Amino acid sequence: MRLLEADVLVIGSGPAGLAAAYQARVSGAKRVTIIERNREPGGILPQCIHNGFGLRIFGRDLTGPEYAQRWLYQAQEAGVEIMTRTMVQSITPDLRITASGNGTLVDIKAKALILATGCRERPRGALGIPGARPAGIYTAGTAQRLVNIEGYMPGRRFVILGSGDIGMIMARRLTLEGAQVMAMAEILPYVSGLRRNLVQCVRDFDIPLYTSTTITEIRGRERVESVVMSAVDEHWQPIKGTQRELACDTLLLSAGLLPEIELARLAGVKLDPVTGGAMIDERQATNVPDIYAAGNMVHVYDLVDSVSESALRAGCKAAEACSGHEQPCEPLLPLVAGENVHHVVPQYVHIGAPRELIIELRVKLPLEEPAVVQLTAGDKLITSERLRYARPSEMIALRLRPEQYQQIGQAPCLRAAVVRASQIKTRG
Amino acid sequence: MSETRDIICVTCPMGCTMHVVVADGQVQEVTGQSCKRGIAFAREEVLSPHRMLTTTVTVRNGTLPLAPVRSRSPLPKALLLPAAAELRKIVLCAPVQQGQLVTANILGSGIDIIASRDIASSDAPQSAA
Ligand code: SF4
Repeated sequence: MRLLEADVLVIGSGPAGLAAAYQARVSGAKRVTIIERNREPGGILPQCIHNGFGLRIFGRDLTGPEYAQRWLYQAQEAGVEIMTRTMVQSITPDLRITASGNGTLVDIKAKALILATGCRERPRGALGIPGARPAGIYTAGTAQRLVNIEGYMPGRRFVILGSGDIGMIMARRLTLEGAQVMAMAEILPYVSGLRRNLVQCVRDFDIPLYTSTTITEIRGRERVESVVMSAVDEHWQPIKGTQRELACDTLLLSAGLLPEIELARLAGVKLDPVTGGAMIDERQATNVPDIYAAGNMVHVYDLVDSVSESALRAGCKAAEACSGHEQPCEPLLPLVAGENVHHVVPQYVHIGAPRELIIELRVKLPLEEPAVVQLTAGDKLITSERLRYARPSEMIALRLRPEQYQQIGQAPCLRAAVVRASQIKTRG
Repeated sequence: MSETRDIICVTCPMGCTMHVVVADGQVQEVTGQSCKRGIAFAREEVLSPHRMLTTTVTVRNGTLPLAPVRSRSPLPKALLLPAAAELRKIVLCAPVQQGQLVTANILGSGIDIIASRDIASSDAPQSAA
C-alpha cells in the first residue's frame, strides 16, 4: 500500500474538479491532488464536442474538449497533481481515503476534501414503457460517447424521448453524421433544455419536436423497429386515439441528470431529497467538517461555467480550512424553497459574515413573462431581482450582499420565491 | 412593408428572445436583447444565418479513433450539412494538436476547420501508463 498526504484532495477531474484544484493551489494549499477514475482528465467534457463553454469564465466560446484542456493546463501549471485510472474505495469522516488504481492501493490522508463527482443520467424513461426490450435503446449520453469518442454510430433512424440538452444536442449531432432523427417527444408541455439548443439543434434541422407527448410502446423483437407515440393530458396520461407508430431502429432516452453521490454518502455527507445532491452552506462546505462539494454533485447546473465557479468557491474555502483559517461562527440559517421554487442552493447560510452570497435556484413551472425572484425572512423582503422570464431549464442566481443581512433579524429561515412581476403591488 | 419576427439569440446560453422589425429586407428595430451582441446576431439571422460547426474527423494511429473539430467562426447555415459530410471523408494522422488546421476554407466559405483537442499517437510512450 502506498501512502500519500495531501492538503486538499479533489475527487473528480471534470469542470468542477479541475477548477477546484486549481483554485485550492492558488489560494495557498501546498499539496493538491486530484483522483480521477477515467484514463484521462476532463470528466464528461471530452465527449461534449459542441461549443458554448467558457463564455463567462474565459470570455471565449469554447468546445467541451477546449474548455477541459484550458483548465487542465491551468491546474497543471499551478502545480496540481492528477492521478488518473484511480478509484476511491472508501472515505472515513476523519478524511482517510483509500483508492485503488494501476494495480495498487493508495492510502491518502487529506486535510480537506472536495467532492467533484459530477452527475449521471437518470436511468428512468424507458422503464415504464411496455413492449419487448430489443437492442437499440440507449441513453443520450451513452450515444454521445459512442458517436463522439468511439466513432460508432448506434443506428440510422432515431427517435429521442425527452427534450433535455443532451437529447437536443444529440439530435443535431446525429443529423450531422448523416443519420435521421424522426422525432423528439417531451412529456412536459414545454421543452426542458435551453432555448438556444431548441433553435440551433432542433429547429435548424427541421426535427419534429412534440411536447405533451410520450412513447407508449416500443416494438421490435431483436432490434427496435418502431415506437408508438401518444399525446398526454395534464396528468401525463396518454390520450386515447392519439397514438401513432413511427418507424426507427434506435431510441435515445434524454430524461435528465442526477448528482453522483455514492462517495458523498460513504463520507456521511447529508443529501438533499429534492436535488439528490449534497447539502452545502455558502462556502460549499458539507455537514462533515473539512468536506466540500462542488458542481453537479450538489445540484445539476445548466451551464458549465457555473459548475466551475462553484468549484472555485470550494477550492478557495478548502485551502483556507487546511491553513487553519478561522471558520465562520455566525448562526447557520436554513434557506428554503418558497413559491414556484423547485430547489435552492446553498441549503444553509452563515448570516453576518462579511461576504456576498450567491443563491442559486430553479423554478418549478415556467413563467414566460416578467418575474421577480425574492428572498424573504419571515414577512420581510430582504432582496429581490427582476427577471425577464423564469424557466425550469435555466438556473436563476440571486446575490445577497452583506449590508442586507441585518434586515434578517431573528427569522428562523430564509425563503426564496419566484412570482409573476404583475402579482407584485407597487409599494408607495 | 414591414414584418416582425421573434428571434432567439444563440450567441450565449441566456437565449434571449428578441423582437425584430424587418422592412425591405433590412432590420429596422431590435428589442429584447440583454446585450449588444444580440443586435448583431438578429441582423445576421435575418440577412444570412450563421452557425458554429462542431463535428469529428477520423484519426489514424491515435490513442483515440476520432478528433473533435470545429469551425474557427460560424459558417453559413446552409453549409452545415455539406461541410459535415465533407469532414467525414478526412483522415488525420496522430499526433493531433488542439488548434491544428484540419481543412482550410471549407467548401469555399473562407472559414477554416481546426482540431479542438490533442490526440496522442498510439506509438508514443504513454505518460500516464
Ligand atoms: S442578447 Fe446577449 S445575453 Fe442575450 S443571448 Fe444574445 S449574447 Fe446572450
